Amino acid sequence: MSGDHACAEGGLAAGCSFFAGYPITPSTEIAERMSERLPEVGGIFIQMEDELASMNAILGAAWGGWKSMTCTSGPGFSLMMENLGLGIVLETPTVLVNIQRGGPSTGLPTLPGQADMMQAKWGSHGDYEIIALAPNSPQEIFDLTVRAFNLSEEFRTPVLVMSDESVGHMTEKVVIPPREKLQITPRRYTKKKPGEYLPFDFGEDEIPEMVKAGDGYRIHITGLTHDKRGYPVINAEAQDWMVRHLMRKIQKNKHRIIQIEEINIDDAEVVVVSYGISSRVAHRAMDLAREDGIKAGMLRLITVWPFCEEKIRELAERVKAFVTVEMNMGQIALEVERCACGKAGTFLVPHAGGEVHNPEDIYQVIKEAAK
Amino acid sequence: MNKSENSTAVADKLVHPMSDLLRMDRMPHIWCSSCGLGTTLTCFIMAVRESGVDEKKIAVVSGIGCSGRVAGYINLDSFHTTHGRAIPFATGLTLANPELRVVVYSGDGDIVAIGGNHFIHAARRNMDMLVICVNNFTYGMTGGQAGPTTPVTAKATTAPYGCYEYPFNIPYLAIASGATYVARWTALHMRRLKNSIAEALPKKGFRVIEIICPCPTAFARKNRMGTGLDLMKYYHDNSIIKHGADPKEADIQMTGKIIVGKFLDIERPTFRDFLVENVSAQIGRK
Repeated sequence: MSGDHACAEGGLAAGCSFFAGYPITPSTEIAERMSERLPEVGGIFIQMEDELASMNAILGAAWGGWKSMTCTSGPGFSLMMENLGLGIVLETPTVLVNIQRGGPSTGLPTLPGQADMMQAKWGSHGDYEIIALAPNSPQEIFDLTVRAFNLSEEFRTPVLVMSDESVGHMTEKVVIPPREKLQITPRRYTKKKPGEYLPFDFGEDEIPEMVKAGDGYRIHITGLTHDKRGYPVINAEAQDWMVRHLMRKIQKNKHRIIQIEEINIDDAEVVVVSYGISSRVAHRAMDLAREDGIKAGMLRLITVWPFCEEKIRELAERVKAFVTVEMNMGQIALEVERCACGKAGTFLVPHAGGEVHNPEDIYQVIKEAAK
Repeated sequence: MNKSENSTAVADKLVHPMSDLLRMDRMPHIWCSSCGLGTTLTCFIMAVRESGVDEKKIAVVSGIGCSGRVAGYINLDSFHTTHGRAIPFATGLTLANPELRVVVYSGDGDIVAIGGNHFIHAARRNMDMLVICVNNFTYGMTGGQAGPTTPVTAKATTAPYGCYEYPFNIPYLAIASGATYVARWTALHMRRLKNSIAEALPKKGFRVIEIICPCPTAFARKNRMGTGLDLMKYYHDNSIIKHGADPKEADIQMTGKIIVGKFLDIERPTFRDFLVENVSAQIGRK
């Protein structure tokens, strides 16, 4: 099964019943698969007029009580940024998949890139925290799309799946577990009665409960800075309360969100940091280095945002250097550098996109870093 | 009790007869004195009550701008979204729950400028929603800039020499795009407007009601048209009620007549009808 199709199947397995999207290479096959499969399970597929509309439609469907998703790539991701921000401020569970291609602008529509990683973090205006997952195979895009839905329900927030053209168009074996073996997080609907419920009230874990339109709660939800009732409040105090809450909701719970894979880390002197398709090439380079007697290990980021700061800090105390491998000119490498705090060397193997790295190039940098 | 204390006590007891449909804890509203938006909202809540539609099942979606603030004052499920995006948000909402009566309540700039593409496509799909588009010919919230409805020669803060673009004729645009119910009233036509909303609310398909509305602070001041009351008098003297009028003739000029009434009221299959009848039938045959 292709990565794109596996992504669609992951959405369906997680209970997605609404998909709104706009065709864009290389993510289109997700929409195509959804257009065929959703009506079979009683869901709705709609092809919107653009990505602005797609992002809004999935937010509306979420407040209508459905699990929803969209997918896009390149310029479409830029258009979705406006209302990704709305989804974050309205604290709306939904999933946005980006099958990254080469940019900027129209760039390389049919070829891979990983240069939207910082856009995923900062792309919509204002301060917020985001959850972004980076699969490196068709199987993992299935698994992580399911997980993205679960995290979106658990934390009442949009979740990004940041894949790339290589994974999206790659065909590999995908095992779809039977429904009863999948862990699916249901929406956290409130048990409170109308009049008692406040849409942005939360407890210790910072996560407010949900309702849906039509249940008699007479909620008001706004993209303006608001209080816990959802009413707009235009002052610095309300802004401080709301923005800090949006940040804390993810930061406080990051131990529940961050997933990393550690390979040959225990005795490693050089740690390769990578994610998505690049991690598969980086893995080969690490093996080449090991064959050559270099103590190389790898840290694969399955969750890219929030970033595994503590892990990098801890490793920086004992390893010689980090080598970040990503299909961009250095984005996650900046995070590695920040967290390494000068305690370990930091190297980057950049690539402007269009094809995966050559493992030999990575190997050369590992060798350099091990000196 | 002296006289002033007495009047305060009376004022405290004065309750809007339909306060249960308003978020009284958000009053006073932000709209200017003699703005027509309050009148349109009064007509809307009267229509909601009269229509007999289950109030729990009504959801109001607004975009950004003065008209976009309606969602914040109405005591129904209400969503204040981003600029121009009320219609696609409402599309997701109405598709997820067909029991909902979804109303998009927003301004001309929101609906036919930044949201223009969403407007024509939702009309084309005959998506289930009632769009109430309050047209005050300007961007009021940002101080009176020209927009896609500003009449030719009208002055605005971004058209100091007069507007030199043709405006949209909203009923014509709606009908050409596929809407199934299209009416226009002014804020003066309270009874007719209320009846029109009450009639359109329970219907299916993409319905559009344009409300011509005074903006005394921005549009009227820039164009020396007087107060809101003067504009109401203007509507009184210059509106022509013409049901079934050819929408091509419903252009609005800086001076001259304003054609109001119900332009169109037809039925055609909605997005959901097609989905249920065509797609489900094919899947059933598989």
